[in-house]
Amino acid sequence: MVPISYYLVLSGVLFGLGVIAFIFKRNIITIFMAIELMLNAVNLAFVAFARARNQLDGLVFVFFVIVVAAAEAAVGLAIVIIISQNRRSLNVEDVNLLKF
Amino acid sequence: MFILHHLWLILALPLAGAAINGLLGWKWPKAAVNSIGVGSVALSFLCVLELIREFLQLGASQVPYFEKYFNWISAGIFKVDFALQVDQLTIVMLLVVTFVSLLVHIYSTGYMAHEGGYARFFSYMNLFVFFMLTLVLAANLVLMFVGWEGVGLCSYLLIGFWFLKDSAASAGKKAFITTRIGDFGFTVGILLAFWTFHSIDFGTIFHQAANMPVESAAAFGTLTVICLLLFAGAIGKSAQIPLYVWLPDAMEGPTPVSALIHAATMVTAGVYMVARMHPLFSRAPLALFVVAAVGAVTAFYAATIGVLQTDIKKVLAYSTVSQLGYMFLGCGVGAYAAGIFHLMTHAFFKGLLFLAAGSVIHAMGGEQDMRNMGGLRKKIPVTYWTMLAATLAIAGIPGFAGFFSKDEILEAARNSSGATVWLWVLGIVAAGLTSFYMFRLIFLTFFGKPRYDEHKVHVHESPRNMTIPLSILAFFSVVGGWFAAPHFFGGTDYFEQFLHPVFAAYAPPTPAIPPEAAATSTPAMELLHSLTGIPVILAVLGLFFAWWFYIHKPDAARRAKESLRGLYSLVYNKYFIDEVYAALIINPLLWISTNVLWHGVDETLIDGTVNGTAHVARGLGGQLREIQSGNARTYATWVVVGAVGFTVLLIAVWMVR
Repeated sequence: MVPISYYLVLSGVLFGLGVIAFIFKRNIITIFMAIELMLNAVNLAFVAFARARNQLDGLVFVFFVIVVAAAEAAVGLAIVIIISQNRRSLNVEDVNLLKF
Repeated sequence: MFILHHLWLILALPLAGAAINGLLGWKWPKAAVNSIGVGSVALSFLCVLELIREFLQLGASQVPYFEKYFNWISAGIFKVDFALQVDQLTIVMLLVVTFVSLLVHIYSTGYMAHEGGYARFFSYMNLFVFFMLTLVLAANLVLMFVGWEGVGLCSYLLIGFWFLKDSAASAGKKAFITTRIGDFGFTVGILLAFWTFHSIDFGTIFHQAANMPVESAAAFGTLTVICLLLFAGAIGKSAQIPLYVWLPDAMEGPTPVSALIHAATMVTAGVYMVARMHPLFSRAPLALFVVAAVGAVTAFYAATIGVLQTDIKKVLAYSTVSQLGYMFLGCGVGAYAAGIFHLMTHAFFKGLLFLAAGSVIHAMGGEQDMRNMGGLRKKIPVTYWTMLAATLAIAGIPGFAGFFSKDEILEAARNSSGATVWLWVLGIVAAGLTSFYMFRLIFLTFFGKPRYDEHKVHVHESPRNMTIPLSILAFFSVVGGWFAAPHFFGGTDYFEQFLHPVFAAYAPPTPAIPPEAAATSTPAMELLHSLTGIPVILAVLGLFFAWWFYIHKPDAARRAKESLRGLYSLVYNKYFIDEVYAALIINPLLWISTNVLWHGVDETLIDGTVNGTAHVARGLGGQLREIQSGNARTYATWVVVGAVGFTVLLIAVWMVR
């Protein structure tokens, strides 16, 4: 049986890649994909723990995260479409109204 | 025993009158305002009469009659009750205050008939009566202080009644601030009394004071300090040297106000206070001597100023200051009853003098300068005769009220020993001066040829609601002193006998000055003791000189003025006291307030600190807001930095454990 630390390291690497992509990429779609990557990295950690500890809680959480991710994808893509229509750009640098 | 059990009624009636007239009176007709204003005081007066009837039925053990209504302040051992008390001294004061107030209120319905703010005037007057009665009825020092400050407030409001006139507004402020200087001493005195006796109730304080030894005349003790502090309050309120300067200016108020507040009642509050606190004063000979000395010097000093004043009300104002000095002289030599007796007769004749002066001013259409009067005797006979009665009374002509009371004070001063005997000399000289300036006033106003334009000024006698109070007061100015008359033929002084229980209850066991000191009298003192009847001779001399200078040889007055130019200008300008105060106290205070406190402390220090703090916060905020760039990726970076930082912290804590 594969030890839990293998899963956790994989999950951490995936999450770190997601974070790095989120911070350094400029295309909104790519950033969106980075978020999905982070969510699924967390899902992997949940599943690994659930299996290692033989409890269902982690699995239930995973379903919740999948549902939230689906809803978030729907709303988020809608926002992306509006932004691309208004700004004629998918560069996140151009969306900087969220300040003082 | 209805009123005795409901003492609060005496207070509540004028207060209700003040509230009704003050809140609703402005839209009522004058008749309604009159009936409320005069009616409330009249009812209060009737209550006092009934109270006297009930009081006389009380046994000696029930006096002072004490009535506690509710607990007002309670903080640790400091307890103040709303409690009233009645003894013989209270009775005298109640009678004087309500009686004179009633007459002045009636008079005011005539005098103020053509003035604006009619309801406001009566509201203030009723409020004054309320506070004055509180002062008199109070059974502890703090409640007395409430009345004390309340009458000061009403005095301020009424001096500045015509507040659109700049001089009236300033005079009101001057009165308020000047008396406040003395009140500071009064407050500290109350606190020191509480600190010493652990109570502010008169009864408790007096009982404890009665067990304390008489303090040495040469040294300071606690009692002496308390008394001197309390007397500081009396100096301010009763216009004695050095705080008398507000009273002459207070003549800016309407004349009935001058009669009621600045002659008959409020200014005598200081005398009442000293008499009320006599168990303390009697045990503090030094304080008592200060009271006597301040009184005698003020009596003389103010009389000299009165001699050269030309404004009819100013003469009376300085006369009031002088007469209050007599009352303090009486209290200061231990003759409290004589001081209170003079307070009562003075309330009658000085109240009358002011009201009569108001009648003269009314008749002259607002003219107050005696140099523009003259020959009014035939035109306003009621005013003339009543004013003459009051003048004879104040001058101390035998048979009139002032003679008995003033003579009792002077006799007490003459019979006292030690340094106070020399104050008697000041007292009798002042008596001569009093007679001179009062007859000068009469001669200038009512005798000689008219010095006004008879075509312009239509001189007319005042309406009946003004002349009737004048006549009643004139009656009392004549007979008001007859309580003491038998005393002069070797009989009983009924007034003193009435007050005896009050002043004997806590009298020190031995006289304030040991007898051996009294025995060592010098020949000069013995000569003084043998001089009886001197005040009367001086009063007649004063009358004679006034007649000589202002009727017989008017040129003589002018020549005297020419030959004594320096002295004349000194006295005519009231010894330049106002100017001296301005130079020594007011201007330095203004300079410090403007340059140090205003520009320095307020603008530079306080504003600087507050604005500086705001400036620093704003600058830092301006720097800090640059962090919020609006770029979502930057925010994400901060989130990551925070998350990583927190994780590192957790691991560090875990490792240390």
